[in-house]
Amino acid sequence: MSEQPLLAVSGLTKHFKPSTFSRGPVVRAIEDVSFEVPRGTVVGLVGESGSGKTTIGRSVLRLVEPTSGAVRFDGVDMTALPPSELRRQRARMQYIFQDPFASLSPRMTIGQILMEGLEIQGMRPREARVARAKAALAAVELPADAFDRYAHEFSGGQRQRIGIARALALEPELIVADEPVSALDVSIQAQIINLLRDLQQRLGLTMLFISHDLAVVEYICDTVIVLYLGRVMEMAPAAELYANPRHPYTRALLSAIPEPVPGRAKQRQVLVGDIPSPANPPSGCVFRTRCPHAAAACANTVPPLDNVAQAHRVACIRREELAGLA
Amino acid sequence: MTAETPATVRSASKGPWVRAWGRFSSNGAALAGLAILVPILVLVISYPLWWPYSPNDIDLRALNQAPGPVHWLGTDGVGRDILARLMQGGRISLTVAVVSVAISIVIGFLVGAIASFGGKVVDNGVMRLVDLAMTLPPVIFLLVLASIAGTGVAPTIVVISLLSWPVLSRMVRARLLELRERDFVVAARGMGASLPHLLFRHGLPNSIDILVVYATLQIANAILLEAGLSFLGLGIAPPEASWGNMLNAARSTVVLEQYVWQWMFPGGALVLTVLAINFLGDGLRDAFDPRSDLN
Ligand SMILES: Nc1ncnc2c1ncn2[C@@H]1O[C@H](COP(=O)(O)OP(=O)(O)O)[C@@H](O)[C@H]1O
Ligand code: SF4
Ligand SMILES: [Mg+2]
Repeated sequence: MSEQPLLAVSGLTKHFKPSTFSRGPVVRAIEDVSFEVPRGTVVGLVGESGSGKTTIGRSVLRLVEPTSGAVRFDGVDMTALPPSELRRQRARMQYIFQDPFASLSPRMTIGQILMEGLEIQGMRPREARVARAKAALAAVELPADAFDRYAHEFSGGQRQRIGIARALALEPELIVADEPVSALDVSIQAQIINLLRDLQQRLGLTMLFISHDLAVVEYICDTVIVLYLGRVMEMAPAAELYANPRHPYTRALLSAIPEPVPGRAKQRQVLVGDIPSPANPPSGCVFRTRCPHAAAACANTVPPLDNVAQAHRVACIRREELAGLA
Repeated sequence: MTAETPATVRSASKGPWVRAWGRFSSNGAALAGLAILVPILVLVISYPLWWPYSPNDIDLRALNQAPGPVHWLGTDGVGRDILARLMQGGRISLTVAVVSVAISIVIGFLVGAIASFGGKVVDNGVMRLVDLAMTLPPVIFLLVLASIAGTGVAPTIVVISLLSWPVLSRMVRARLLELRERDFVVAARGMGASLPHLLFRHGLPNSIDILVVYATLQIANAILLEAGLSFLGLGIAPPEASWGNMLNAARSTVVLEQYVWQWMFPGGALVLTVLAINFLGDGLRDAFDPRSDLN
């Protein structure tokens, strides 16, 4: 057997229930999600907005309390930890947020923001915290004088670097990056992705990289998980997924990417219709309402996530018939 | 250089307090409020240094004397110096107001914090209690409380603080519920923050606008409450002076009609102070408006 993965998520499910005083449907944000993130690798989590990516990412740190399932970090089940233990364990993983404006307190200087986690974790003396925070600032290539400034003085890209520095300051083993570039100008996105990739390689970080864009993920991930309506549709090593997508949803997503290499160009499949509400997901295969290949049987059974090749798994009952297409 | 152009010089390193002061100092009414309030405070605090009379000294040769060169603001029915009583009354009235507001801020903030961070069950329980406290008719509540607590400085402080915290706890709860979902607070939780850290490092600084505005406006309110209570004989009891119980003297028709200085000066001081504090409060509300910090 290979070495134990740093992160192992199994059967993770989150249903958001309406509050006691308001009636409303249960939102099935994620349903029976399982995957592993081996040490030193980057796993990409891809899906449209509302597919449950943030819910998964936050469940990993138990910032969202899962309805059921387990999150094993370094062999320890996060969902079963008492509060004090949980707080210590959380510092070993860090979250990078999508919105670079909402994620930095307007009332703290950058230095205070970077040192907050160190203070929470009881790092002493203050000089040690300052040194660590300044090192983090340098690691994200921001000038040292940013230390005494406030977040509102920085641009979106710079703020995202500060968010990355905050995560790095705690020297975490796992980073959950929740769409770290999707709120940024296109011209800045590549810089931030490059920075994250360099840091990941240099520091040997393990990363769960969330994105709604398969094109962004291709560049940085070892393994890619495709999510639809809170369920895993397909997962495979990145190269395999792009070369040999097996799920109709993955194929549709890939065909929507503008292809710089003409030889690889495939016919465009545009997904029609809207993503159904997670409060009322379709029966059987949740993708069937938009799947160009949906058959009657697709409404009856939830497709199991089957192995089709080494580390390549697909949840589609018609995958063998469809293998030759595309 | 891979990063974009370094930080703009637009507002070089101005903290939230500096920016709030910038907005405050461009508000004429608020500055006027401050210009009225500061001299009042200075006079009230320093009066023993420059005024020869004490508030309870009785001068039997000068009963109900009109303002003049000896007793600048005149004397009352038992020959006490009005100016000395006005200053001492200001001390009492302002102390009662400030202390009771400080107490109600602590209670209001903690109750709001418990409700918003304590989970749904606690929240529902606490907020029903607050609803109850708010639906009681304030005048009756006040009279019942005051008759239980008795008269004097400490009981008056207790009565006023118990009456005023519920409003604040609702505002704090709403703010903290919203704050709890903000990414930078989620980030702090993700770094292992404990409840006290979340409350005092994020909750408090981000509720400061609510607290400052509540404090100023509620101080004005508390001054009026104290005056009302004392006027009814339920607040500060004589011989101790307060603006409220000095006004009490005007209940006699003779005083009201013939010894105008005995109630006009405390009345004027009361109105002036409350107005000034209200101007100040409005200015602070605009200065601390969180929306103006966002852009
Ligand atoms: N706190 C919440 N309460 C109720 N529903 C929620 C909550 N958070 C997320 N959801 C719902 O769960 C689904 C998944 O959301 P999310 O994980 O944010 O998706 P993504 O990050 O992929 O856009 C969405 O339908 C969203 O509306
Ligand atoms: S199971 Fe059916 S509906 Fe679902 S992806 Fe496969 S073919 Fe499409
Ligand atoms: Mg999201």
